[in-house]
Amino acid sequence: MTATTTATTLGGHEPPHTHHGMPASASAAGPAPKRIIIAYGFWLFLLSDIVMFSAFFATFAVLGKATAGGPTGAELFDARNVAVETALLLFSSFSCGMMSLAMDARHRGTFYLGAAITFILGLGFLVLEMREFANMVARGATADRSAFLSGFFTLVGCHGAHVAVGLLWLGVMVAQVADKGWRATVLHRLMCFSLFWHALDIIWVALFTIVYLMGVR
Amino acid sequence: MADTTQEHTHGGDTAPGDSREELLSSLKAYVIGLALAIILTATSFWAASTHVLWQPGVPIGLAVLAVAQMGVHLVFFLHITTGPDNTNNVLALAFGVLIVFLVVAGSLWIMANLRANMMPLEMMDLHHQR
Repeated sequence: MTATTTATTLGGHEPPHTHHGMPASASAAGPAPKRIIIAYGFWLFLLSDIVMFSAFFATFAVLGKATAGGPTGAELFDARNVAVETALLLFSSFSCGMMSLAMDARHRGTFYLGAAITFILGLGFLVLEMREFANMVARGATADRSAFLSGFFTLVGCHGAHVAVGLLWLGVMVAQVADKGWRATVLHRLMCFSLFWHALDIIWVALFTIVYLMGVR
Repeated sequence: MADTTQEHTHGGDTAPGDSREELLSSLKAYVIGLALAIILTATSFWAASTHVLWQPGVPIGLAVLAVAQMGVHLVFFLHITTGPDNTNNVLALAFGVLIVFLVVAGSLWIMANLRANMMPLEMMDLHHQR
C-alpha cells in the first residue's frame, strides 16, 4: 500500500506503460508491482528453460555426425517443410503480439481473433512436425537407430512438446478471458503466455539453423 | 486495491514484454520485428541452399544470422532493451547467455578433445587380444 500513496494519481484512463515523470527511484516507490515481479520471475523460468535446451543443443552438436551407418540429416530433412514450419511459428509469434496489444486495449473481439490465429498457426506447425516425425519413423529413422537420431528427436521433440503445452495454455487462457474477463490474474497469465510463446520462437531460430540448415552440410 | 491503475505506472522497472512507448509504438515494433525476422530467416535459408557463396564460410554466416534474429526477437517481440528500467531483465539474460555458452562450448570442446585422445579402434582390438 505504500507504493500507492507515493505514486501518481493517474486514474484509469492513462494508457499503459507511460511512467515518465518518474518518482525519485524504484526503491523509494516501494516494492515493484506484482505484475513486474511475476513477469520477472517468469523471465527467469524461461531463461532456465533455455539453459535446459542448451544441454540438448550441446548433445546434438556433439552427436550430429554420429549416424552409425544410418540415415543422415541430408537424406532425411526436407528444407521446404522446415521453411513452412518456420514461417508458421514466426507468424504465430507475431499474432501473439497482436493478441497482447488487443489485451492492453481490452478489445475482446481482436483478442479472440489474435488467439485463434496464434492457435491455428501453432497447430499447423505441430502437425507439420508430427508428419515429419512420422515420415522419418516410416523410413526406419527412429530415435534408437543412431546417436544422431536420438539427439534429433530429443531436441526437436522437446521443442514440439513445448509448443503443444503452449497451445493447451492458450486454449485455457481464452476460456479464462471468456469466463472471468480482464481481471488482474488473467492479465498476468496472458503476459506470461506471450513471453513463453515468443521464447519458443527464439529457440526455434537456433534449432532450424543448427539442426536443419547446418545439419545437412 | 488500487493495483490495477497502479500496475502500469510504476516508476522503476519494466517487465519483460513491456514496450516503451516513447521509443516505438507497440504495433510498429511488432511489424518492424516481423519484417526483420522474415529478411533474416529468408537469408538463412537462401545461404544454406545456394552454391554462390564460399562454402566453408556458410556455417559462420548462418550462426551470425541466427544470433541477429534472436536479437531481433528479444528486442522487438520480448521488448528486452537496454533502457535503464530494463536492467534486471538484461542482467538475467546475460547470465542465461553465459550459462548457455558454457554448456555448449564446453561440451563441444571436451568431446572434441576426448575424440582426439581416443585410441583408434584397431589398436583397441590388439589390446584385447593380448
